[in-house]
Amino acid sequence: MTTIERKKLVLVGNGMAGVRTIEHLLKLAPDRYDITIFGAEPHPNYNRIMLSSVLAGGVGMDEIVINDLDWYRGGGITLHMGQAVTMIDPRRRRVYAEGGIEEEYDELILATGSNAFILPVPGADKEGVIGFRDIKDCRTMQEASAKYKKAVVIGGGLLGLEAARGLLNLGMDVTVVHINEYLMERQLDRPASIMLQQELEKQGMKFLLKKQTEAVLGRQRAKGLLFKDGSMLEADLVVMAVGIRPNVELARRSGLDVNRGIVVDDHMRTSVPNIHAVGECAEHRGIAYGLVAPLYEQGAVLAKNLAGASADGYAGSVTSTKLKVSGVDVFSAGIFTEPEGARSLRYQDEIEGVYKKLVIRDDRLIGAVLFGETGEGPSLFSLIRSGERIAGREKELLLGLPAGAAAACGSGGGAARLEAMPGDEIVCGCNGVSKSEIVAAIGDGCTSLGAVKACTKASASCGGCKPLVEGLVQLYAGDAAVAVKEGICGCTGLSRDEIVAEIKRMGLKTVKEVMNVLDWNNEEGCSKCRPSLNYYLGMLWPAEYKDEKESRFANERYHANIQKDGTYSVIPRIYGGVTSPTELKRIAEVAEKFDVPLVKFTGGQRLDLLGVKKEDLPGVWEALDMPSGHGYGKALRTVKTCVGSTFCRFGTQDAMGMGVRLEKAFERMNAPAKVKLAVSGCPRNCAEATVKDFGVVAIDGGWELHVGGNAGVHVRATELLGVVKTDDEVEEWASAFLQYYRENATWNERTAPWVERVGLEHIKQVLASEDERKALHARLRDTLDRTVDPWKQIVNEPELRKNFERLPAAEVVSGSAADDGERKKEESA
Amino acid sequence: MSHSTEKVRVGRLSDIDPLGSRRLNVNGLEIALFRLSGGEILAVENRCPHKGGVLSEGMVCGPVVHCPLHDWRIDLRSGEALDPDKGCIETFATEVADDGTIFLTLNASPGAAESEPDSHIA
Ligand code: SRM
Ligand SMILES: Cc1cc2nc3c(=O)[nH]c(=O)nc-3n(C[C@H](O)[C@H](O)[C@H](O)COP(=O)(O)OP(=O)(O)OC[C@H]3O[C@@H](n4cnc5c(N)ncnc54)[C@H](O)[C@@H]3O)c2cc1C
Ligand code: SF4
Ligand code: FES
Repeated sequence: MTTIERKKLVLVGNGMAGVRTIEHLLKLAPDRYDITIFGAEPHPNYNRIMLSSVLAGGVGMDEIVINDLDWYRGGGITLHMGQAVTMIDPRRRRVYAEGGIEEEYDELILATGSNAFILPVPGADKEGVIGFRDIKDCRTMQEASAKYKKAVVIGGGLLGLEAARGLLNLGMDVTVVHINEYLMERQLDRPASIMLQQELEKQGMKFLLKKQTEAVLGRQRAKGLLFKDGSMLEADLVVMAVGIRPNVELARRSGLDVNRGIVVDDHMRTSVPNIHAVGECAEHRGIAYGLVAPLYEQGAVLAKNLAGASADGYAGSVTSTKLKVSGVDVFSAGIFTEPEGARSLRYQDEIEGVYKKLVIRDDRLIGAVLFGETGEGPSLFSLIRSGERIAGREKELLLGLPAGAAAACGSGGGAARLEAMPGDEIVCGCNGVSKSEIVAAIGDGCTSLGAVKACTKASASCGGCKPLVEGLVQLYAGDAAVAVKEGICGCTGLSRDEIVAEIKRMGLKTVKEVMNVLDWNNEEGCSKCRPSLNYYLGMLWPAEYKDEKESRFANERYHANIQKDGTYSVIPRIYGGVTSPTELKRIAEVAEKFDVPLVKFTGGQRLDLLGVKKEDLPGVWEALDMPSGHGYGKALRTVKTCVGSTFCRFGTQDAMGMGVRLEKAFERMNAPAKVKLAVSGCPRNCAEATVKDFGVVAIDGGWELHVGGNAGVHVRATELLGVVKTDDEVEEWASAFLQYYRENATWNERTAPWVERVGLEHIKQVLASEDERKALHARLRDTLDRTVDPWKQIVNEPELRKNFERLPAAEVVSGSAADDGERKKEESA
Repeated sequence: MSHSTEKVRVGRLSDIDPLGSRRLNVNGLEIALFRLSGGEILAVENRCPHKGGVLSEGMVCGPVVHCPLHDWRIDLRSGEALDPDKGCIETFATEVADDGTIFLTLNASPGAAESEPDSHIA
């Protein structure tokens, strides 16, 4: 293989978003770039979020480094620390830094973050007036606390309150000055805000609300503040936490389009070719974000683009926030005011100091505010993001009873709540780490918070989820007997849901890509993960994904059942088990012509030609001229029928007609596992519909729909999904059920265990909505309309057909292999 | 089969799909040719050491084929079954010429000569 010449990548801004992008890129394409990073601060990349904790005490400055210098060295990265870039020359593709260093680039990333906004009032430049943004500010505050007594924080938002809490811990007398009537108005509604203020006052914080600062008083050093209303306040230290401004100076100077932030498109491209921007400095669809989670999402998109992998663009983020002040639990996500057409549900308990509010529009959760009890925050946030319907569950969500886990309530959350928490729930919002990822890490031997943090990044950013992660470690590492979650096979620690979520999030499009990006520890996977990935990709991207036959088991690759001697069996489709003399004659002739050793009626009401030689398969198919019965596939198999009203004296409906209709509707449908249907013409149920994946039983004037049956290894009777009146409804419900199963089950999981796992009630709830049913039906239709009969395809395409033939008898070229020097490849054994 | 080695031309690279395989029968011996993801061609006796499964029908993962019958994994370079299973099959030297022609070197080893041609499915 030829190695491509490395391109030059330069990153300006050695902060959280930029370096995260590089981390991601190194995973995707470790050898593609020579990387150079410029950082204005004299530190390696550290966790800015944790400055609040450093200030509040308990965390040392050295503990917040995310990437130490060894990391840069290990990745072959040139780091210019303490070197601010002052100019970009896009035409010569060069950047120039303060210290005289210049670098050429092929691709340039700007990740210059934000600056603390300093109010433009007289005296704002005095000594003792600072923002709260970096290690330097943090040190200044720590030093001031040793010498001075009175601190004022301007700004009653997240940052201001965290600074104030830190200064209180440093022994200072702290007043928070806020221009608004109540605190954190950008995250909280008034009741929550008032509860917050009361709690902080109890902790010793003072507040001056509706105060506008006019000037900072003092000579060289700040002595106090003067407000618009004429009043004054003494202060030796003034921390301005009134907002941040994207750091766009460099970009503006260099001719990039700049609005509030550096304008980027969905692929994080700026207006100038080869220059990208991520993080707080970037403005995407009019929004410059100020929290890490969205910035990391941006970074993932940019990394993919730079790695040359196709990525769906970044489409913006819904954000959630948590106040990192000990003793006060505040959570806010999405839209918490009530926009038109929305309604809200509230719960308030003054005695316990708990307040909860959910904002709902069109049966979907769009925002939430929690005060006092924030444990449900992550699950509410994932509901907001997924946009799933919550009709009927509102109360349960508001009161925080985990669905179907009533036993957990009253036990005060803790272990029971953690256990009941679904695997795909995000525990660490900053890094998007789900519960199951953490549990998997624990299973792989990460038995401490530190170890889990190191391998999953959970709690590595804001640390707000630390108690949850610790709880999980306790719960799952304590007892080895506890069922620890495993990955789908030995090649990965990831679960089905995590893999599917990652494929969707990153828009992964091939098996190989999934294995690369998700860090498979077996480069080419195994016979378990390859077929499952192939299925998930085909299910998720029916239009674009090209089925990888090499990732299918022999039966599905050669579209017949392999026998123990390497021959195959052929089962053509006989819709609803209904055949004709002509068809039977043709089958008989084919069996004779190809010397088929055995012809048998199957248990699925059709005929099986067993012992067909592989090289004869295409010929047999051609001669049969019938579609494949998919008797070999994780796909729709048979639709069994009974005689029904056509002839039977008890029949109430046309069971054969319905069976044929369903088989025609769903033939060629790939699924997580094989799928069998049956239709009986009356409750005597001669077609055994109640042990099928989807069974239909006719009653007078309607049809009963049964799901989740199995007559195989573990017999399981179906459960009743519902009763419908018309034939069209039967098809619509069957279609919706099957598609919901296709989209949610684990590869190789039949409907019986799946229904048992997710619960019939859940499925009923989903399918109850006609919109949802129609949408599922449409998605399945779209998928099926793209399929073709595999037998016909192989018969007609020489490239496919060749694989059935033997290579021609070998031609001898020499009696000894030792004489040939010009051959390219020697045997490797 | 009097000579000890024999070099035969068996087809072209383009006859075998990536991660695919083709079968051939030389002097009654069933051989499976595999093409790995990097283009490497490997040849082995087409018979699983477990219960005679037809390896050419198996899934190729790296240099390993999974037998289609009971999922034993056979290393195509050494012919050995991977842990936890035990067993071994014969491997054959291959060469790919610049023009894509594949050559195979057959060792008429005593074992191969003894195996009766009809023990392989036609
Ligand atoms: C041909 C047939 C037997 C027959 O001669 O009647 C058959 C043959 C096989 N069955 Fe079956 N099953 C056949 C009807 C059934 C039925 C009855 C039915 O479909 O009404 C069942 C029970 C119903 C059910 O699935 O719930 C059945 C339950 C199984 C199972 C157990 C599945 C389970 O979920 O527990 C397996 C094993 C598996 O799939 O892993 C299996 C697997 C197999 C395989 C595919 C084994 C294999 O992987 O090679 C057999 C292929 C034989 C071959 O050499 O081609 N077969 N198998 C039937 C084909 C029906 C058809 O027309 O497509
Ligand atoms: C105290 C505090 C608490 C926070 N708490 C939270 C929280 O709980 N949750 C949350 O999600 N977010 C929180 N944030 C916000 C979060 O830290 C930021 O969103 C994140 O750090 C932004 O990442 P970035 O890479 O865009 O910018 P930064 O991390 O600021 O990195 C930008 C870097 O670029 C450097 N730079 C700028 N210009 C140049 C130049 N010309 N040349 C070279 N280098 C340059 C800067 O010095 C800086 O180091 C908090 C922030 C602070 C300050
Ligand atoms: S389903 Fe009812 S009507 Fe049909 S054959 Fe059976 S018993 Fe007769
Ligand atoms: S015959 Fe190959 S695994 Fe059993």
